[in-house]
Amino acid sequence: MYRARIIPCLLLRGHGLVKTRKFKDPVYVGDPVNAVRIFSEKEVDELVVLDIDASRTGREPVYELIAEIAGECFMPVAYGGGIKTLSQVRKLIRCGIEKVVINSAAVESTALIHEAAAVFGSQAVVGAIDVRRTLLGGYRVFAKSGTQETKLKPEEHATALVEAGAGEIFLNNIDNDGQMQGYDLSLLKRVCSRVRVPVVACGGAGTVEHLNQALSEGGASAVAAGSMFIFHGRHRAVLINYPYNLQLWK
Amino acid sequence: MIAIIDYDIGNLAAVANMFHRIGVACEVTAQPERIKLADKIVLPGNGAFDACMHALRASELLPLLEARIRGDKIPLLGICVGAQMLGHSSEEGSEPGLGWLDMRVKRFPSLQDLRVPHMGWNHVKTNKPGHPLVQGMDEETRFYFVHSYYMEPAKPDIVILTAHYGIDFAAAVCDKNVAGVQFHPEKSHRFGKQLLARFAREF
Repeated sequence: MYRARIIPCLLLRGHGLVKTRKFKDPVYVGDPVNAVRIFSEKEVDELVVLDIDASRTGREPVYELIAEIAGECFMPVAYGGGIKTLSQVRKLIRCGIEKVVINSAAVESTALIHEAAAVFGSQAVVGAIDVRRTLLGGYRVFAKSGTQETKLKPEEHATALVEAGAGEIFLNNIDNDGQMQGYDLSLLKRVCSRVRVPVVACGGAGTVEHLNQALSEGGASAVAAGSMFIFHGRHRAVLINYPYNLQLWK
Repeated sequence: MIAIIDYDIGNLAAVANMFHRIGVACEVTAQPERIKLADKIVLPGNGAFDACMHALRASELLPLLEARIRGDKIPLLGICVGAQMLGHSSEEGSEPGLGWLDMRVKRFPSLQDLRVPHMGWNHVKTNKPGHPLVQGMDEETRFYFVHSYYMEPAKPDIVILTAHYGIDFAAAVCDKNVAGVQFHPEKSHRFGKQLLARFAREF
């Protein structure tokens, strides 16, 4: 038995905090540093911060903001978005983050994952995979914030990322994003059964029951959610929240 | 002043950030003159055991650290791989450790349903309730761990905290002025703040 991590996943668009639905229609929800400070006070297990514009537009991570965010985090924090080179990874670690999340850069080659793991250790390298269900019921990996379809199958891509040195897999179903109707459990099962490192489920959480399903049925080691910790009520009013003293054992 | 040894490994800003938050003077430094002035030393470590040992040797700070810790006997806190390096060796690599604590580092056994690395929050059991580093801990106390290898002391009496992940393992060890924690106090909210404050003020 161990205590599964419950991880708020925050999306950056430049300097603002946003939330998407199906990776589209980003709605501004506030100042990221302020949100992070509240999450830190609520003693969240960990935080994932993703810049959803950086890879798509080919822009650099916003280092000053990331350093400011890391300075508020008395828990581990992972950053993803626009990471293409080892020197960027080094700079990000220097900013005070624990883990880099590599997604688009690992679609063509796993070299960066390999290099980053060799220098900073596998625990510092998260391989992220955005997935969409195909018309025929299979799954395909998408790059650049869901805008670029690839030929990769998620379970095979996950295996390749782990072999290259990723210490963790962050798995997101694009179509479940922001829906708050539950995770894609069959996708989770497919990937979790193929790798031996922790898999973090993302995309679709709306209730504590959903979190439990990802752990027990999906086989995830940890659960991440955006909307659930940012919105309150049917009208999606912005309210940073995190269940007090919620313990999910696995 | 607490010197956080900068030998180009991992996230040093986080340790300094937490000491600053609790009002403790500290410096992230690789300068011998600063380390000579330090009252206490923190040795962080991240990533592979051999890579950390190589980097520490390459920094040429080892003779000075040895003089301060083994000679002057100022308090030392090793964190994560920085704690593991205090032992004789690790199954993760072939480099000898510092040998300042009588222990070896072993890999977690491969058990069903327990993925390695052990990554996440875990509760700890206090082996020595009176020890200055662990006083005041209760059943709520938890720390953030991320590791595939664990410390195994030759004699259990240097273990001050135990955690469980498939097996019981040493979460914190201490022999006289040399202490090591497997978890990351700098990333463990108020529980880590308490531990670092105790290291700074009561150890």
